[in-house]
Amino acid sequence: MSKTLLQLNYLTKKYGSLTAVNMLSLTLTRGKVYGLLGPNGSGKSTTLGMVLNVVNPTSGSFEWYEGSLTTHQALKKIGAIIERPNFYPYMTALQNLTLICKIKQCSTDNIEDQLKLVNLWDRKNSKFSTFSLGMKQRLAIAAALVNNPDLLILDEPTNGLDPEGIHQIRKLILTIAAQGTTILLASHLLDEVEKVCSDVIVLKNGVKYYEGPVKELTQTYGYFEIAAENKKQLLSFLETYSALGEIIEENGIFQVVATKELSSIELSKDLQKAKIVIIHFTKKQPSLESQFLSITQTQKHAST
Amino acid sequence: MRLLKIELYKLWHSRISKVLISGYFLLIFSIAILSTIKVEFGPVNFYLAEQGIFNFPYIWHFNTFMIALLKVFFAIIIVAMIGNEYSNKTLKQNLIDGLSKAEFLRTKVYAIIAFVIISTLLVFIISLVLGGIYSDYNELQIIFMDLEFLLAYAIKLFCFFTFCLFLSLLIKRSAFALAFLALWQVIEGIAFGLMKWKLSDLIPQLSAEQVFQFFPLNAMGNLIKEPFSRLSAIQNIADQIGEGFTKDYSISLWSILIVLAWSIIFIGGSYLLLNKRDL
Repeated sequence: MSKTLLQLNYLTKKYGSLTAVNMLSLTLTRGKVYGLLGPNGSGKSTTLGMVLNVVNPTSGSFEWYEGSLTTHQALKKIGAIIERPNFYPYMTALQNLTLICKIKQCSTDNIEDQLKLVNLWDRKNSKFSTFSLGMKQRLAIAAALVNNPDLLILDEPTNGLDPEGIHQIRKLILTIAAQGTTILLASHLLDEVEKVCSDVIVLKNGVKYYEGPVKELTQTYGYFEIAAENKKQLLSFLETYSALGEIIEENGIFQVVATKELSSIELSKDLQKAKIVIIHFTKKQPSLESQFLSITQTQKHAST
Repeated sequence: MRLLKIELYKLWHSRISKVLISGYFLLIFSIAILSTIKVEFGPVNFYLAEQGIFNFPYIWHFNTFMIALLKVFFAIIIVAMIGNEYSNKTLKQNLIDGLSKAEFLRTKVYAIIAFVIISTLLVFIISLVLGGIYSDYNELQIIFMDLEFLLAYAIKLFCFFTFCLFLSLLIKRSAFALAFLALWQVIEGIAFGLMKWKLSDLIPQLSAEQVFQFFPLNAMGNLIKEPFSRLSAIQNIADQIGEGFTKDYSISLWSILIVLAWSIIFIGGSYLLLNKRDL
């Protein structure tokens, strides 16, 4: 059993003069839950389209299972949901899943379990065209799981759903992740990714900006929010303090990033020594959202 | 076989295609209705079945020609079968689920072959039965003469359906693909007219007919020539008014080759289209 499920080598897709995905290299290994992050139009869906055999790469390559299987053979062992659920509207839920089993050449024994998992077993004999969007999306998840996939690819699975639908889908993803299925979740919703994923890949304009564990991205030295009676005095103190970096002023409060391990006690003692009267003082850990924004706004190229 | 089963599963669970397919096969039987046409009007006593249309071996020619006209009906099924895959985006889903593009195309081509075989068998059986009832000649040797018309029928249908397959993959929308098919018929007609008018001036060695035989729809039409003027009744009339003619009604190997070449072009073109396009 190969550990590497999917490897991308300098994968590039151009639509005319627009480069949707630019020299993207990635490795997905078994057992992790990946988040593919990026704003709308950052090349997430195009990337997935290429590895799923529906978009032709302009250059570069990718291989499934270390090249031991052709793409379409590999896809039989993968489950994928792309943007919208696509089924035959005139067939029932059960018929649609049976057809997918025929295509994937897997046993149909799993259908009942999966339909129960997504709460559609009662509607198994209803035509797909009668389903609500939330039900369609849940059927798509059942369809993607019907072959016990090695990797589950989800592209914006909560797009267009109402809050209850979103909640149901998220709960499902967490359940599936807990079972140990490798997942690649593409999303622009950061809290979604933060809650489920162990690793993130950040894309913007088709370029990879970050790849690594979520923890590394959010575990920094943190930042402080400080306000004082005498702003000038505080600013000159902060500017000369060795363990602090960039300073931003917002509504009279200075946001300053720690560049080394620095405790609140240490900093506040030093402020007292400098006789600065503090009226506001907090230490914060950045959220994935703020980290994501800082990565996509400041960095120009992928670090790898 | 797995691929054929996948396609039949898709068709079988759609009520519309089920109705259309069974409708098509029922229509084939309607040729038998011709046998019941009787006109009794004063001194004129006309009974179609006794005019020799069901005589062996002529019946092979007549029935394959007449029943082949119904292929247009089946074209709707082929075009819808592809158009729906695009409009429901199930083509995309099939590929994601692990069908290769070549396999997808093969499901469609196999389904076409299956329907051509069924259709040809039906024509064979119906002709045999009708001929058995009405034919004036019943010697085995005569019955099984001219069976090549059945082969020509199968090839003609196959080529026509692959043309529909190609058009619907090219245009993606069923209605437009059918409209284009009709338009293509007109284009061929106009092209032939233009060539008749000008071609001999431009290239004297080439006649319009020589070029026209290569046009796909005309090539299919050439496979089985119209059978009416071959009827002895009509030939008698022609002889009487001094317009006696002899025409070669047999199926030429050359026209079979042209039609088969088109089939290969259409299937190959379909594959190229599928392969090149992003979905």
